[in-house]
Amino acid sequence: MNESFGNIFINACLVNNFVLAYFLGICPFLGVSGKMETATRMGGAVTFVMLISSLCAFGIHALLVAIDAPYLQLISYIVVIASTVQLVEMFIKKMSPALFRSLGIFLPLITTNCAILGLALFQTNKGYNLPQSFVYALGAGLGFTLALMLIAGLREQMEFAEVPRMVKGTVLTLIIAGILSLAFMGFAGLGNG
Amino acid sequence: MLQKDNIAKGKDSTGRIADTDAFIKGLWRENPVFVQVLGMCPVLAVSNSAENALAMGLATMFVLAMSNMLVSSLRNFIPKQARIASYILIIATFVTITDYAIQAISVDLHKSLGAFISLIVVNCLILSRAEAFASKNSVLPSLLDALGMGGGFVLGLFCLGAVREILGNGTFFGLALFPEGFQPWIVMILPAGGFFTLALWLLIFNRWKVK
Repeated sequence: MNESFGNIFINACLVNNFVLAYFLGICPFLGVSGKMETATRMGGAVTFVMLISSLCAFGIHALLVAIDAPYLQLISYIVVIASTVQLVEMFIKKMSPALFRSLGIFLPLITTNCAILGLALFQTNKGYNLPQSFVYALGAGLGFTLALMLIAGLREQMEFAEVPRMVKGTVLTLIIAGILSLAFMGFAGLGNG
Repeated sequence: MLQKDNIAKGKDSTGRIADTDAFIKGLWRENPVFVQVLGMCPVLAVSNSAENALAMGLATMFVLAMSNMLVSSLRNFIPKQARIASYILIIATFVTITDYAIQAISVDLHKSLGAFISLIVVNCLILSRAEAFASKNSVLPSLLDALGMGGGFVLGLFCLGAVREILGNGTFFGLALFPEGFQPWIVMILPAGGFFTLALWLLIFNRWKVK
């Protein structure tokens, strides 16, 4: 309950990285991590939606506790996330068509990204208050972007390497992700102090 | 008369073949884990023991079967524009039921699976079956398709969970397999081990496909 903002941030971003430690958001992770540019944009879009849906989830949780209907949690979260994505899409389209074009198909796909729903559920389970939830969402989003960019960078380099035909594609990405996950274990204990 | 019989038989047998095929393809040819690589989040996250993997697989299979049946029986009533939202609502309902059922059956299991039961909602496998199969077919083939795909998913999860538990813990369903001196490979039950094990299984499948 009384974790400091720094701890929450480091925990969400590095120690319990959503992709490499919790395995959330693996689908876009495998799908769009081929190029650095798309990976960065995807990360940005996910972070943005995470921030908004985290705030919404906080409000819904308070409301559901007030009307004593916890069994509606999952259904209302997913509906809110889907409509948030839709709203964000319309808003960006209106305000900045250039950004909208560059995000393309990734924006609607965020709805089925488990990292977003996972974030909403985790923050409720941990009982964070409003500012804490915001920091948690920020950390998780930046951690997701970091992991995506690291993989994209490594995969761009591997394009030119000679690997056996069987290993190319998903298998290679998974092996790289495994090694990265090992590396991220080095952060364990950082967020406790 | 004979001809009629034959035609009837032929129809029957083709119908049966189609039904069996809807069931079989998910188990092997279009296996969701090894071939389609769908719904990876729970596959990697809860496959650290054979028991967890099996429970997660069965829960997903149940949700998949129920939502496929409901989607296919409602397929003529759901308007095209609102279909994805309706599917997600249907799936979320069954996931909530499953969540509470698991909590009632075993609190320990519920604790070890944690938030990943709720995350079945966003498993792309379920939504993709609703969209690609159940929305176009009648109830029985949809159920068979769900059972086949769910079975394939259970199989994939179980393969991963078994390997990770045997190597990472030296046990299988909690039973010790190795003599005293065995040093378990801790890395296999850590997140990294999930990536490595899945990579290994995909490698084996690729090898088999290339041949």
